[in-house]
Amino acid sequence: MGAAVRGLEARGLMGPRVRILDREAPLGYLLLVPLLLLLGLFLAYPFLFGIWLSVTNAQIGDNGHFVGAANYQYERSDTVFIQSFANTITYTAVTTVFKLGLGLLMALLLNQVFPAQRFVRAALLLPWIIPSVLSTLAWRWMFDPTFSVVNWVALHYLHLPSVNWLGTTSTALVSLMIVNTWRGIPFYGISFLAGLQTIPTELYEAARVDGATRFQQFRQITLPMLRPILVVVLLLSTILTFGDFTLPYVLTNCAPYNSTCVLSTWAFQIGVNGGYIGIGAAISLVLFPLLSIIVAGVLIGLRSRD
Amino acid sequence: MAATRAVIGRRKGVGKARHEIGDTLLGRTFRVYIPVLLFIFITLFPFYWMAITSIKSDSELLDHNRNPLFVIQPTLDHYVLLLTKTAFLRWSLNTAIVAVVSTAISLFCSILAGYSLARLRYKGATAIGWGVFITYLVPPTLLFLPLAFVVAQLHLFNNYLSLILTYPTFLIPFCTWLLMGYFKGIPRELEEAALVDGASRLQAMTKIVLPLALPGILSAGMFAFTLSWNEFLYSLIFMSDQAMKTIPVGVTSELIRGDEFFWGQLMAAALLGSIPVALLYSFFVDYFVAGMTAGAVKG
Repeated sequence: MGAAVRGLEARGLMGPRVRILDREAPLGYLLLVPLLLLLGLFLAYPFLFGIWLSVTNAQIGDNGHFVGAANYQYERSDTVFIQSFANTITYTAVTTVFKLGLGLLMALLLNQVFPAQRFVRAALLLPWIIPSVLSTLAWRWMFDPTFSVVNWVALHYLHLPSVNWLGTTSTALVSLMIVNTWRGIPFYGISFLAGLQTIPTELYEAARVDGATRFQQFRQITLPMLRPILVVVLLLSTILTFGDFTLPYVLTNCAPYNSTCVLSTWAFQIGVNGGYIGIGAAISLVLFPLLSIIVAGVLIGLRSRD
Repeated sequence: MAATRAVIGRRKGVGKARHEIGDTLLGRTFRVYIPVLLFIFITLFPFYWMAITSIKSDSELLDHNRNPLFVIQPTLDHYVLLLTKTAFLRWSLNTAIVAVVSTAISLFCSILAGYSLARLRYKGATAIGWGVFITYLVPPTLLFLPLAFVVAQLHLFNNYLSLILTYPTFLIPFCTWLLMGYFKGIPRELEEAALVDGASRLQAMTKIVLPLALPGILSAGMFAFTLSWNEFLYSLIFMSDQAMKTIPVGVTSELIRGDEFFWGQLMAAALLGSIPVALLYSFFVDYFVAGMTAGAVKG
């Protein structure tokens, strides 16, 4: 773009452009109006209102009154809340590691040449695009205590003992993480694939001429070139996983014995089922500093690259 | 970023093929084909299980002695029951209306805002751009309780508007961000040439920039439609009336009664409810991938 603009400058044709620049401001603000209206009314206002709710004893049908930090103090001594907090972090951390690793593997595979490539790519994207309520129901049926097909296959083909996937405190959270990973891999895989395809082949050719092994090529070329996409994908995925409500709600809904509650499902239990909206709002607000820390971390990671 | 863009330009159209010297068929089988088949198996098995469950009779579903992986006497009973005895068709209509309208609203807002933030220079543009980005930090999980108050104040419970107006809060930030990346990638000279020729800003935008950004708009639209079609939390809270439910909410509330799960019908519904988005992606998967990269790399 530079050359053309410089050309205009040289020929003294910048006059009309300056006038246009003057008019950019009103138009710029005008075009933002619909976005600001919607986000203001249904995002910013409820967010601030939520902060207010979290310091009141509001219940369903009762706006409540100011109670200070009582809700937060109550949370501190609530064992289910502490468990939910820990579960949210475990759930996000563990699944992110697996999604990242397996997603990268998927992208590297899809970047190879093999038959029916387009079909394979569309098929592997499926878990991520279809409604998670519906796929999670299928998993719930696959993990059924009496009719689990996973157990049937494990028993009859692999001679492994049956597992009560969703029924014990030690396996239920693992089941949640399995389903989340299954659902999340394609997002990483397809995004990384798109990133891989922007890496110029000459880089690899040059590396091969220099005698680099396949692993060295991966370390020195692929990973650094993927970094911008990696940061963005990681950011989106951690935010979505931290706030994930659908999957934990449909697969276990805190069972057994509140052992698989995450912050979102516990806030729902307390706020909607229990009717204690003030406490529920305080629980879900805990997500905000957590997410801020992650986003700040990722952005610092992004900056350090430039 | 400029370097990355140049690289993309150079790589366009270059095939992905990288057969290496000394790459044997056996090597490729172990290195590529078998892992790909494993991925496909793990990815698609739950869908196979949905399909096979939905065409089994109840007696077959609950038979411990048979191999559950196959069906002996397929039946469409569950589909018939789902379509005639439940409000599934009504839920589909609700889901479609909400998804289409909220996608349209989100695209409208995001195209205008994305163009404004990416193309026009004025005070505060950067700050507002960051503001839109920061809304990522406020996911539905954080908003649903206060939002329920707002929806109640507006008397919108069991009204399409409750979802049509709230879905854009999580659709607009992503769409705007994706489209900003796209708009930035379109050379300014094209627009400036039109301006010099006497076109107004709005004409330059609608006639020059928008057509060029069409793949990005399509990709943002697909993304928004999918997220609306799949949304669960808001519709669970705002739509309690049987006739106003969306598919995800209707299925979980009507086909699960206490501890009793109607698995045949549930899986039939799961399959039918997935078809629209699956079709959408099978046609437009390439646009989607292209859109993702544009947003991610340039944004």
